[in-house]
Amino acid sequence: MVPTDDRQMWQELGLDLEAHDGLLSVLGQAYEDVYLRQPNRPRAMEYFDFVVSQIHGLRVRELLQAKERGRKVVAAFCVFVPEEVVLAAGGVLIGLCGGAEVGFDLAEQYLPQATCPLIKSFFGFKLARLCPYIELADLVVGETTCDGKKKAYESFHTLAPVHVMELPQMKNPADRVLWRAELARFVDRIEALTGNRITDDALREAVGVVNAKRRALARLAALRSADPAPISGLDALLVNQISFYDDPERFTAKVHELCDELEERVARGQGVTARGAPRILVSGSPMAIPNWKVPHVIESCGAVVVGEESCVGSRNFRDLVDEGPADREALLDAIAERQLRIECACFTPNAERADTVARMARELGAHGVVHYNLSFCTPYAAEALRLDRQLRGQGIRMMRLETDYSQDQAQVRTRVEAFLEMLAME
Amino acid sequence: MAAHVLGLDLGSSWSKAVLLDPDGRVVGRALRRTGIRFEDAARDLRDEVLSAAGVDRVGCTVATGYGRRNVPFADARRTEISCHAKGAYHFFPREMDVVDIGGQDNKIIHVRRDGTVANFLMNRKCAAGTGAFVEEIAHRLDIPLERIEALAEGATREITLSSFCTVFSATEVIKLIREGEEPENLCRGIFNSVIARVVEMGPLGEFIVMSGGVVAAFPIVAKIMAERTGAAVEVPPDPQFLGAFGAALVAREELGADP
Repeated sequence: MVPTDDRQMWQELGLDLEAHDGLLSVLGQAYEDVYLRQPNRPRAMEYFDFVVSQIHGLRVRELLQAKERGRKVVAAFCVFVPEEVVLAAGGVLIGLCGGAEVGFDLAEQYLPQATCPLIKSFFGFKLARLCPYIELADLVVGETTCDGKKKAYESFHTLAPVHVMELPQMKNPADRVLWRAELARFVDRIEALTGNRITDDALREAVGVVNAKRRALARLAALRSADPAPISGLDALLVNQISFYDDPERFTAKVHELCDELEERVARGQGVTARGAPRILVSGSPMAIPNWKVPHVIESCGAVVVGEESCVGSRNFRDLVDEGPADREALLDAIAERQLRIECACFTPNAERADTVARMARELGAHGVVHYNLSFCTPYAAEALRLDRQLRGQGIRMMRLETDYSQDQAQVRTRVEAFLEMLAME
Repeated sequence: MAAHVLGLDLGSSWSKAVLLDPDGRVVGRALRRTGIRFEDAARDLRDEVLSAAGVDRVGCTVATGYGRRNVPFADARRTEISCHAKGAYHFFPREMDVVDIGGQDNKIIHVRRDGTVANFLMNRKCAAGTGAFVEEIAHRLDIPLERIEALAEGATREITLSSFCTVFSATEVIKLIREGEEPENLCRGIFNSVIARVVEMGPLGEFIVMSGGVVAAFPIVAKIMAERTGAAVEVPPDPQFLGAFGAALVAREELGADP
């Protein structure tokens, strides 16, 4: 039986209760300061506020109850791990905790100091015993996106059961063959884990469920092109962050409820800022929950974030899996085909990304692009230099911002304010 | 409305004030260590500059710098990027790169021909190549700050400290001392390093205006910048006050915009 008391549940999961209390109180305060004090929030954000308030409570209990009924929980933090496959085998896929400076001292016993904070964080959460999801997961799925993650998963093997998918670094025919083979190997692993054979029908249904989630997120993204923006960048980011944790079907329904309300707002010309407020597109490294620093700083300077060209953002939902195929192998082909359209900076070349950023900036009516990259995230840092020149060539202003999970809001704020002052001179 | 205006630049190390009379002439300047209470530093500076000039009230106060949000009596705030650009453009109304070397950060601001900011770069967190770096290395060498420039003038060999980090640079200096390097060359090396850290931040154009406390205290850095880049390098009057002066110019505009 899953305990009805949260603390007992956490204790049984092996969390460090005292440190976990501290984490929850810091998070609660941060959420209040960053989220609950925003003006003009849509009413439908109540659901997402509730999910955050229960992020280590109800959702964890739901997953434990699902496990009691025989479902397996698979944890990952990359858009290349196919949720469709896990769902089709009767499993649940959830995102790992990785957005806060937790357990870095412990993580540095396994990782070089110059490792990106996202990686240090997921390690730190495990080592400091603060993430209920990693404790309840039956399998952690990694990938060979960047070198940091690749080597981190090597060490993570000693801490939890890990399956690593080899993501190719290019998108040539041979790479597609490799990735398709990796999908097949993943299917085998998931079937062995769950004891369920993935049938044609189950996979087709799962593709439909995940595509529906992507359509809902795409609908939300499109509504943000209105001026004034009907929702803050912080709230939209939160919805995207929660897409990695929540039950997919319930989540999809709630996102549509939110979008219905936003459509009414747009029709009335109502927004979170006055019409004409500076509009910013954020592009770059992922922002895992509770990493809200960059949009929080941007929006507390009076601008509004209108989009995220990010894995926690457009890369997660822009493309859909072709729902045409009837059989499982053809559906897996379609899943692989969609994934290899993702413009992750781990690929070389990755020229399409610059076109995407420019197109998003135009479609969303952004006045400027803030390129956000996590410290020591070499793939995005390298692309930023080129992207800056390419965007400038098209008359789009971009600022590079490199930061981590530390308390450097004042420095970040100076750069953001200066960028906004610069845009205002145009 | 004719009134005096005040620009306050609350920097990480030093705070600066510039007072302009109704005709836009500088009639007062003050400088003090920022310390740990930005609010007190701002108030003391204002009081000091006003009483020295015999002025009772100002029509508008604009705050800039790291502590710009900690000045409760300011009428407006602007980042140091905009203020340095505005101050520099007042003296040099042309396209330029403003290089500001401050106590704890460096910035490059590309200003267009019309005075607007086209682009800017700031170093991240680290104090390498800033005023704090100069102070730290001089301290390691046990040479008073006011003597290092004179010593650097007598250098016979060019050294540039290679490290990105102030702390590691100090280690490098100790190694050079142990190897018997002349103090003159070491002092020159400090300034070479300051400029190297700026130049590696990003591309610089043909006309550079330098500001900040380091070029105010050690004009040699402007000479090294010119040698290193081949650019024409200019230093405005009172370069340490350029941010505060720019803030005061913003205050004049704000006042003009007032009904």
